[in-house]
Amino acid sequence: MNDDQVIWNWDHALAVLPDMLWAFLTVTLYVTLLGSLIAAVLGLIIALARKTAPRPIAGVLTFVMNFIRMTPLVVQLLFAYYALTAVPPLTLGILIFGIHYATYMAEVYRAGIDAVPRGQWEATTALSMSRGRTWTAVIVPQALRSTLPALGNYVISMFKETPFLAVLTVTDMVRAAQEYGGTNFRFMEAITMAGILFLIASYPTSLLIGRLEKRLVYTT
Amino acid sequence: MSTQPDTHTGAIALSDGEVPTIRFDKVEKRFGDHVVLHDLDFTVRKGDRVTLIGPSGSGKTTILRLVMTLEEANAGYILIDGQPLTHVERDGKRVELKEKHKNEMRKRIGMVFQQFNLFPNMTVLENIIEAPVHVLKVPKAQAIARAHELLEMVGLPDKADAHPTQLSGGQQQRVAIARALAMEPEILLLDEVTSALDPEVVGEVLSILRDIARDTDVTMLIVTHEMQFARDVSNRVLMFDGGRIVEEGSPEQIFSAPQEQRTKDFLAAVL
Repeated sequence: MNDDQVIWNWDHALAVLPDMLWAFLTVTLYVTLLGSLIAAVLGLIIALARKTAPRPIAGVLTFVMNFIRMTPLVVQLLFAYYALTAVPPLTLGILIFGIHYATYMAEVYRAGIDAVPRGQWEATTALSMSRGRTWTAVIVPQALRSTLPALGNYVISMFKETPFLAVLTVTDMVRAAQEYGGTNFRFMEAITMAGILFLIASYPTSLLIGRLEKRLVYTT
Repeated sequence: MSTQPDTHTGAIALSDGEVPTIRFDKVEKRFGDHVVLHDLDFTVRKGDRVTLIGPSGSGKTTILRLVMTLEEANAGYILIDGQPLTHVERDGKRVELKEKHKNEMRKRIGMVFQQFNLFPNMTVLENIIEAPVHVLKVPKAQAIARAHELLEMVGLPDKADAHPTQLSGGQQQRVAIARALAMEPEILLLDEVTSALDPEVVGEVLSILRDIARDTDVTMLIVTHEMQFARDVSNRVLMFDGGRIVEEGSPEQIFSAPQEQRTKDFLAAVL
């Protein structure tokens, strides 16, 4: 039987694996980890600033945040690609993913902060605690705990959006699959292996988040 | 204290020259159109144990929350040891004092809440030493030693490393009492501290409060539905209704020989 007529060929599936794993580690995982870190830290800063900064500053922040949330990630990536030509594409990808997801995570943090019971604030007043200590020792730790699962879900969703990095000419798994397909005229195996690697990484992570969700709830 | 009061309505001292620990001077509190406290005047002397009784919605808890600065009065002044708590009269105007001043005043006041309000992200020990270490700047080792003494006093010597969520309601409330006392307050506010507890643990919490009343000279302002406790612990009882004091006197007078019909009706309903 001619090789071109079978839908699935295990030889190609194995042959594409090294390229796939390389792209997975150096791009997909790398961008997800660093992007998540930026998003988690910047998101918290945005959420705290919106709660504590003077009204005009908080207003500007809210506007910028909504602007980023209301435009597609791909548009932001392409815009940055043409506007900031001096920045290496991979760095640019990490930054844009980080900033984009920071605006979503900021909302998660806001909800977490709002969910801290009023009695906690009242106890900090009754103990004459400073504003700084109230935030860092009481409110943020409790807010973080309740937000961890939601933040984790955004990390998974960022992970699954990494193929958009291709618009920056960065070779993520999907682009690597297309390149393999283009050279060998075998797309099916390459794209399937990319999908399987996504699944292998994200499914256990989502299970872990589900378990965290149950463990993190404060039961009084 | 850095900021001294400049002017006041009403005298600071009582007729015998003593400066009251708490003075309410024509305090009014409204929630929207609803007036919770009407032109309220009363004083509490150092070491007094004053219980506020009355039907729910009569403004008792609001009084404690005003003293703790959790609520702000709409008119009038509250003085602690003769010093304004949150507002002062200047040139005939009611002026709000700075947050720094309010926070200095708060250090003299402790509060125990109906819902305990322990910090669930901290251990019992961390709950107790948080404010002494970070607010009063007590050395950490000293604060820890004091916390262990207080835990001993409330009967929980082996719970220092537990988390609040691992404790029963009665145990949590005892930790909350220890946490409030760790700040060495002059005034202790007790806001329905047994109302959220199972009946079988109410006794253990009240007995600790009786000990504190016996062994310290902390001024107490108490809102409770436990009339026997009020009788045992307080030296004055104020009966509230509709945001006004309708009767006041010693526990014997109020519980055994109330004069006002509203007091009689209230006691008949709760006793």
